[in-house]
Amino acid sequence: MLQIDNLHVRVAGKDILKGLSLKVQPGEVHAVMGPNGAGKSTLANLLAGREGYEVTAGSVRFLGKNLLELQPEERAAAGVFLAFQYPVEIPGVNNTYFLRAALNAQRKHRGEQELDSVQFLKLVRQKLAILDLSPDLMNRSVNAGFSGGEKKRNEIFQMALLEPRLAILDETDSGLDIDALKQVAEGVNRQRSADRAFIVVTHYQRLLDYIVPDFVHVLAAGRIVESGTKELAHKLEEHGYAWVAERQLEGVDA
Amino acid sequence: MSGCVPLLDEVLKQPTVGRPHFDSAESTWLAQLRQSERAVLAREGLPDRHNEAWKYTSLRALAQQRFAIGDREAGQRPVSETELHLPGIDGPRIVFVHGVFRADLSSLQEMPAGLEVTTLGQALSTGAASLRSWMQRPIADGAAAFERINLVMATDGVSLQVQAGFHIEAPVHLLYLGSETDTQLAWHARARIELGAGAELSLVEHYAGSSRSEQFATVVSDIRVHEDARLQLIQIQHAAEATTLVRHERFRLASRARVGMHTIEMGGVLVRHEIETLLEGEGAIFDTCGLFVPQGRQHVDIRLDIRHQARDTRSNATWRGIADQRGHGVFHGGIVIERGADGADARLHNKNLLLSDQAEIDTQPVLEIYADEVQAAHGATVGQINEQALFYLRSRGLPLAAARRLLMVAFCREILEGISPPSLREYLAERLTQHLPLSIKG
Repeated sequence: MLQIDNLHVRVAGKDILKGLSLKVQPGEVHAVMGPNGAGKSTLANLLAGREGYEVTAGSVRFLGKNLLELQPEERAAAGVFLAFQYPVEIPGVNNTYFLRAALNAQRKHRGEQELDSVQFLKLVRQKLAILDLSPDLMNRSVNAGFSGGEKKRNEIFQMALLEPRLAILDETDSGLDIDALKQVAEGVNRQRSADRAFIVVTHYQRLLDYIVPDFVHVLAAGRIVESGTKELAHKLEEHGYAWVAERQLEGVDA
Repeated sequence: MSGCVPLLDEVLKQPTVGRPHFDSAESTWLAQLRQSERAVLAREGLPDRHNEAWKYTSLRALAQQRFAIGDREAGQRPVSETELHLPGIDGPRIVFVHGVFRADLSSLQEMPAGLEVTTLGQALSTGAASLRSWMQRPIADGAAAFERINLVMATDGVSLQVQAGFHIEAPVHLLYLGSETDTQLAWHARARIELGAGAELSLVEHYAGSSRSEQFATVVSDIRVHEDARLQLIQIQHAAEATTLVRHERFRLASRARVGMHTIEMGGVLVRHEIETLLEGEGAIFDTCGLFVPQGRQHVDIRLDIRHQARDTRSNATWRGIADQRGHGVFHGGIVIERGADGADARLHNKNLLLSDQAEIDTQPVLEIYADEVQAAHGATVGQINEQALFYLRSRGLPLAAARRLLMVAFCREILEGISPPSLREYLAERLTQHLPLSIKG
């Protein structure tokens, strides 16, 4: 589904990703962990199409397409979804209006029938219930005045509504207390399916107790330096990221 | 400068043949008044950019143009029915075409009790005593060339008077239309609006037109709101694209009088809109919010001059600008709290968005305080579209153009929000969406 090969990315003149490779198949959940500054958020944002990232080498293919050639909205229509680390507050833009416009733009792009407001609201009610979100959230401006937890849950709600093929969660656990974390994780788990993949970017192992990954990758200095199963996450938690750096050094020495 | 101002050539001519209304009953005092204003115009010409009030708006190109004065056919020009209506506005309608009152297009059959409508044309042709109140008003020195031009040239306009204590329920629609002409045409109109003590009026002042010919128009309005009266004013400026439109409004508010106005500036090529407000009585309240959206080669210059002259007066100005392409916006927000206006509360906010490298917005909040225990807040910003918000919307699937338009509309929403009836607000939101800068259209 997603194949990243030898990806090199430069941001503001600085090399951030230096030869990252990753392969994701439908139905899989991949956790990408790593210390601050390793390039985790760069990877997440790059995949969603944010500007300001210069790809100097390598390739990213998604469902047979060159992902890097697509505009952010084309990536969304192709099935890429990014749950933002910092969801943007947009005063004056109504949540309902925005999401219906977004969903219909995606459907139109894919040659599907657009939803009328009755169909849309039915879908909204169904998805809101999953995340235990209050319906009046839909009448508010996008993320404006939302608490940290509401913003993150709203991201997962949007994901539920837009039904992407590949969901990238960028530090979705940051700033959440344990109850909110569980809710968000449950929202994600309900959306796991055979044809949907996840990339869960996180600094801490904690989230992975609730969203159990099939694979764990350690990103350090712009590359994936270690891959394994969920046990790897526990080791990291135990030994800290310094442990990875040491193993790297040993590897180089050997 | 006057020696080389073709624009003024016609204005400075003695009134002779070919000007409807002018000479029939023009009183001696009016002829003298006009003559003396002509003399000032001849001496001063048009203000240039050394004049602080015209620093950002050049009149050089306008000064070189010539416009035929008055449209002889204004009384017959065809107007389509659709141009006469606005959603939710179903009160009396007063229509001017090229500054000439059109009884046939107006709707004054069912006049609400307490509302009186007359025209300057009538007053001029009968030499009515009310002429003095139309014409005699002080004009400031230096920057007021267009007020003078208007005083010298205006041949028609409307007087709207609401008697004390009357509440006019249905909004009155005052429509200034421009129509297609073969020549470059100038027209000038004056309005008088007066609300007696405790009266209430809701008024929509509307400029529209679709002609491609160049026109030059001035409208000067005097608005008096007496004790405890309330005026709701919605101004929709959607003049034809080649129109130069200069407006000057002077509001005078007596004790506890209240004016709430919403202004949407969409049309015209060169637009100057001066809003002068005198808060003369204790506890008077003036709220103004507005939006200007210059694009293409449009130049829109908004000038607020709000004077707190009495105790416990309040003003609140919230204006927003969006400029795209080579559009140029100017916003001058001047507030003076005069000596003795203790307890005044003045707020002014102007936020602007630039959508292209060639667009420009100059904003200038000016606050002068000569009284005690006042509250005042003012701020002005010029910024770009929020790239993070744009990416967020696009990452959910909205195409770039739709995402930008959504952010633009959001930026305008605060201004539109207070407009009622809702059907008019929706209509304006829609017009604005259509009008919003070309580069964001999909």
